[in-house]
Formats: sequence, structure tokens, C-alpha cells
Amino acid sequence: MFEIVEKRELAHRVCLFRIRAPLIARKRRAGQFIILRINEHGERIPLTIADSDSEEGTITIIVQEVGKTTSVLCSLKAGDRLLDVVGPLGKPTHIENYGTAVCVGGGIGCAVTYPIAKALKETGTHVISIMGARTKNLLILEEEMRSVSDELFIATDDGSYGHHGFVTAVLEELIGEGRKIDVVIAVGPVPMMKAVSSVTRTNGIYTMASLNPIMVDGTGMCGACRVTVDGQTKFVCVDGPEFDAHQVDFDELIRRNRTYLKEERIAMEELTYHEGPRCYEKKGV
Amino acid sequence: MDPKERMKIPRQPMPEQDPKERVSNFYEVPHGYTPELAMEEAKRCIQCKKPLCVAGCPVNIDIPWFIRLVAEGKFVEAARKIKETNGLPAVCGRVCPQEDQCEKVCVIAKKVEPVAIGRLERFVADYEREHDEVTIPDIPPWTGKKVAIIGSGPAGLTVAGDLVKKGHRVTIFEALHKPGGVLVYGIPEFRLPKKIVEAEVDYLRRMGVEIECNAVIGKLETVDELLSNGYDAVFIGTGAGLPYFMNIPGENLVGVYSANEFLTRINLMRAYLFPEYDTPVLKGKRVVVVGGGNTAMDAARTAIRLCPEEVKIVYRRSREEMPARIEEIHHGEEEGIKFELLTNPLRFIGDEEGRLRAAECIRMELGEPDESGRRRPVPMKGSEFTIDCDVAIIAIGNGPNPLIPHTTPELKLTKWGNIVVDQETGRTSKKGVFAGGDIVRGGSTVILAMGDGRTAANSIHEYLTTGKW
Ligand SMILES: Cc1cc2nc3c(=O)[nH]c(=O)nc-3n(C[C@H](O)[C@H](O)[C@H](O)COP(=O)(O)OP(=O)(O)OC[C@H]3O[C@@H](n4cnc5c(N)ncnc54)[C@H](O)[C@@H]3O)c2cc1C
Ligand code: SF4
Ligand code: FES
Repeated sequence: MFEIVEKRELAHRVCLFRIRAPLIARKRRAGQFIILRINEHGERIPLTIADSDSEEGTITIIVQEVGKTTSVLCSLKAGDRLLDVVGPLGKPTHIENYGTAVCVGGGIGCAVTYPIAKALKETGTHVISIMGARTKNLLILEEEMRSVSDELFIATDDGSYGHHGFVTAVLEELIGEGRKIDVVIAVGPVPMMKAVSSVTRTNGIYTMASLNPIMVDGTGMCGACRVTVDGQTKFVCVDGPEFDAHQVDFDELIRRNRTYLKEERIAMEELTYHEGPRCYEKKGV
Repeated sequence: MDPKERMKIPRQPMPEQDPKERVSNFYEVPHGYTPELAMEEAKRCIQCKKPLCVAGCPVNIDIPWFIRLVAEGKFVEAARKIKETNGLPAVCGRVCPQEDQCEKVCVIAKKVEPVAIGRLERFVADYEREHDEVTIPDIPPWTGKKVAIIGSGPAGLTVAGDLVKKGHRVTIFEALHKPGGVLVYGIPEFRLPKKIVEAEVDYLRRMGVEIECNAVIGKLETVDELLSNGYDAVFIGTGAGLPYFMNIPGENLVGVYSANEFLTRINLMRAYLFPEYDTPVLKGKRVVVVGGGNTAMDAARTAIRLCPEEVKIVYRRSREEMPARIEEIHHGEEEGIKFELLTNPLRFIGDEEGRLRAAECIRMELGEPDESGRRRPVPMKGSEFTIDCDVAIIAIGNGPNPLIPHTTPELKLTKWGNIVVDQETGRTSKKGVFAGGDIVRGGSTVILAMGDGRTAANSIHEYLTTGKW
């Protein structure tokens, strides 16, 4: 069992958890993730490790309420325990002094760009961060990002804070100013990563995207997480989660992530209305 | 009774659930023998002086001995006799391909049907467990040695049981949240109830075996770290858990699963009880399963229990070449699974949302034999046709998972990525590290994985006591 030692609400329906998992805390590196299962009936969901403290033996995860599992998770408090936490999974981000790196984080994606920006900063890379959110009160980790960035830009879709518009507009502006950019790291909703990727493709800037497909085991055993990269099938949980964004088939990823839309709705209804079991076939043991 | 009389007794069928009923539940299909049926069946064994069955058994169970005990009604003694050489009889009695092993060479099989060795094995193991007769052996004092076992499939469980009985301290590291390997995530409930695997794992725990779930070796700790953190030897039994796909167009459409994913969702995560359990699975109206082995049969028989309109197995050779157990093919047919034999998918076709709608297939004919000795299937030009389907399950085999080999550079591998071991001892090319089961053999069987475990346990014990490599 894995104890929640701290829980904080970062934004509307976005929670931060610090979880006691000493072995994972010791091993994890930027870019890696865990898979957790809340209870015996729970599903396994992947979440990026946003931070860790190896002395205290904790890892930090940031969760946005989007479906049943994340909603149940966000209803937990400090002192509660999670049944299973497994990790660190996936390959760590390749960290080196890139010169100038732009870290683009959209929404909850900032939970992923934060550890990467932090690690890049430590190498002496000039870190420019662009943070995006739908609206001001959905923006997370602004202070943390500021502390690991040389320059920070914020964009909100509704203009309630920072630039009015998308992160791509800020990126295009930087490129337009003739800034030398050696690498872009994009993490966020798939359409955002796709948009960033197409901006940098035209400008020939190497871009890494951290992908978030559906997963089950996280060890390469099931293939649920497969994506097409450069025409080849890759398993994100072991070959990723980061890939050359210009080679990723984002449309396929968007479609695959919609596999269980109907089921997610059923699960949410079950959770919200507590009507008791419905008449979906329940068979066997 | 003389042998002639014994052979006159017909092979006793095992009572099972009616196909019409069982296609809509996940309960075990056969009910197992009653004590009376078991004793009657045991009488059929003529107690050969040279029992070929023993040689046909990969772990050389003293078959005539345990069968004699069954005939005498001494069921618990019979179970203990088997356990001298096979730690998981309730599992093996259910999933071993006896028709290719002990029963195939049974002496009376030349004249009549072979003795139902597997059914008897299953019966006595169930009897012992259900009557609470399972006893924990005396564990010798600690030798001072510690062994790490990676993977809790049949290979790892066997090594753990054998070594703990010799007084070593044993820890199993398992990547998933539940121990058992393929026994829990792959083989379905209706063929191997999970409570049986749980009972076996519990037995090991009671003997003192420690099991750390959620521990992915290679990520959380490497083999080298285990060796330098106090473990005197390491056994790798990580199985063949890397699903092969066909590399044809449309394979990443929504609705196309690997058999591993489909079975894991249902067996390990209990998606058949969604939304009571949180993990979903697409049930499909028309399901196509590609492949002809046990995994394909398990996937098809699992799929049909989710009540689709149709489940079809698409296999590129003919029925004779299907590697699945005959009994399972038969069970599948009874349950209404259809077969498109000598057929191979060319591509999967989706709708504008990227959801699977059909599989384009081509008819095959059998040509010259290939390296495996089976006749090679060749496509028949112009025979393309489509099968409507919204779920497709690819069950064409698994490769070795590269997590451990990649993080343990000294391990010698075959060109397919399997770990190379010395067959007599299970030793790898790295000192103190042993391996067995599917990670060595590729997709194989439970009993061979257990046999490997036994071999490795013996040589680990020798290595720990003599220090000789
Ligand atoms: C669907 C299906 C049906 C089958 N039916 C039959 C049958 O009827 N009869 C039969 O004899 N055989 C059958 N087999 C084959 C049989 O299950 C295997 O040969 C056998 O389980 C292999 O045992 P193993 O111990 O080598 O590995 P596995 O059972 O594969 O167990 C390996 C374990 O190691 C874990 N692991 C992997 N990597 C790591 C890591 N890095 N760190 C920690 N843990 C790790 C895995 O999670 C897994 O639990 C079937 C296989 C499948 C897939
Ligand atoms: S070969 Fe058949 S008849 Fe002979 S001992 Fe074995 S099970 Fe009995
Ligand atoms: S999640 Fe199963 S292979 Fe990646």
C-alpha cells in the first residue's frame, strides 16, 4: 500500500499528490511515469512523476479529473492509501545541454514539462517555457516553472491571463523574432502537441513530444499503448514516452485515446448517480 | 483384477457445464471427477513394470504409484506423491497437454483409450485443497543465503518453492500487481480458476516465500543491483510477454487487440464485470481472432462469453496444423466458435473514426513443408474477401520481453532475444544468474517452465552451497 502524504488542489479539478514510494523516488528520472491502481476494482492508469524527494521517499503526481478513476483519486486525502503503484516506467528524457530549449506545456502537461525543464536547467541549457491553459484558474505550477526557466510565457485560450491565444502563437512569435531554438519539448493534449509539431516542422526545429496513450501493464506486455512513429509501431510504455514529434501519427493517437469514450461515460454515471448496479450483463464470478 | 479386465473399463468422462449455459458465464467448464469416478478411472491403469507415462512426463511424476493410491481411495496420499515432483498439480491437471505427454505414451493407449492421468491429477490436487489437507512442510533453518526470483509465473513459483524448502531465503519480484504470470493474466478463469492459483501462491507465502508485486526489475532495480544488494543468486523467469503483431495495414485501428491485452483486461482486470470493475473492454458484435494456438482458443472462448453475435477464428493453415489442444478446439466448437481455416488477414479496414469495421482476408493453400515440418501456407491469388468485424484479436505469438536483457548486458541472448542457458543447469552467461521458462524457450508450456524451475533450483542450491560456478 502506498500512502498519500500530501494532497493539494492546484487548480479547479487538478490535484497534486505526494505519495510514499521510496524505491521509485530513488530511481526515477525526468520523463518517467508510474501506473497506479486505487483499489481492488480499480483500473491501472499511467501518471507522470512530476517530482520526487529521495530523502523523504516520496514522489509527486498531478492529476486532472477527467474520468472515473481520476475523480475517485481526487476525492482521496492525505493519509489514504493507494493499492498499487508501479514504476518508474518508460525511458527517461535524454537530458543534455541543448543550448536553448523551449518547453511547451499545455494544461496538465505542465506536470510533465516541469521535471524536464528542471533537469535541463541543471545542465545549463537556456530554458524558455511556454505554459498554456484554457483559462487562468486552470494554470498549474506557474511558480515552479518560473523557478526553473530563464524565460516564461503564459497563454490562455480566453485571454484571462498572459497572451490571449494558444501556446503555438507564442512559439511562432519567438521563432519569428529569429530566436535560436535548438530543441522543443511539447507535452499536453494531443491536438496541442500536433499543432506545436507542425509549427516546428516548417521551421526545422527538432521536437520531442511526451505521449499519453491508454495503457494497461506498462511493461511492454499488452500493446495497448501502441503508436505509429515513422511508419513503425512502437509501444509508448517501453519505447517512450518521448518520441520525435515530427514522426508521430498524432491523428491515430487521438482516435485510439477515444476507444472507451462510451465506457468512460457509463463509469462516470455509475459514480455520479450511485444508482446501484445497472442491467449491463454481469456474469460469472 | 487382471490387465484385461482393467482395460475393459471405459475411460471415465469428466462431467462438465453444458455448452449453452457456459457460453454466458466464466465459471470453470469441467466440474472434475467425483471420488467414485476417480477410483473407477484409476482402476484402468495396469501398473506397468516399465511405465512409459513417467518418461512422457516432463517432471517424471511417479504416475502408476499415485494412480494406485487413487484406486485405493487414498486421495491425499496420492496428492502428496505427485507433489514430490510437481509443485502445482491443480494447475497442471488442468492446463497440461497430457495428450502429447504422459497420456500419449500410456501403454494401454495402443489398444484402448489412455488412462485419464490429467483428470486424476486434477482430482487429487483439488481433493487435498478442498479438504484442507494441504500441510506446510518443515522448513530447515536459514542457510544464510538469499535468492531473488524475477517473475512469478510457473517457472519462478517452482524455483521459489524448491529453494525455500532447502532453507534459503527467497524473494519473488513481480511486475504486475498479482502473482502468477500467464496463469493469472492469460489463461482464462473458465479453464483455470484464479482461486487455484491464489491458493498455490498462498502456500508458498506460508512456507516463507516473500513476494514483492509492482516491482519491475530493470526499472526499479537491475539484476546487478540485486546481486550487489545482498542477493547471492538471481533467477530470471520473466516469460514471453511481448506480443507480436502482423504488421499489416490497419492494425492500430480501435478494436484491434493483442491477445495479451484482451485477456489481461478480462482475466487480470476483470473487464467482464465492467462497470463494477473499472477496466473496460470492447465486447464487439463480430469478433475475429487471428491464430491457431492455445492463446487464440482462449481469446475466442473468452470473447464469446461477452455475448457477441459471432466469433470467428482465422487461421492460415488447416485444422490438422492448429497447435491448440484438441480438447480446447472441441470446447470452442461446442460453444459456437466458427473457423475460417486456410485464411489469412491482409489488412484491417476502419471507418472515419478509426474504428475497425472489417478484415480483408485471402484464402491459402498448403504448399511444401517449411523448417517446422508443417506445410507452408501460400496465398491463392484473387481469393480476397472481407469479414465484417468490430473487434479483432491478434494471437500469433509472443517474443521475449527485452526489459531485463537490455539492462543486463552480460546476458548472452539468441538472435530472437531469448536468454541462453546451459540446459543441464539453467545457468546463464552471467555468474550467479539463472533463467528458465518462456524467457529461455519462447512460448512454451507451464510444465516445461516448471521443469526448468526445478533444474535451476537444484543448481542454484548447489551453487549456493559450493560457491562453484
Ligand atoms: C493465453 C495463454 C494460454 C496458454 N495456455 C497454456 C496451456 O493450456 N497449457 C500450457 O502448458 N501452457 C499454456 N500457455 C503457455 C504457458 O502459460 C507459459 O509457457 C508459461 O506460463 C511460462 O511460464 P514462465 O514462468 O516462464 O512465465 P510467465 O507465466 O509468462 O510469467 C512471467 C512473469 O514475469 C513477470 N515479469 C516479466 N518481466 C518482469 C520484470 N522485468 N520484472 C518483474 N517481473 C517481470 C511477468 O509479469 C509475469 O508475471 C499459455 C499461454 C498463454 C499466453
Ligand atoms: S503407461 Fe498408462 S497404464 Fe502404464 S502405468 Fe502409466 S498410466 Fe498406467
Ligand atoms: S501498456 Fe501494455 S505494452 Fe504498453
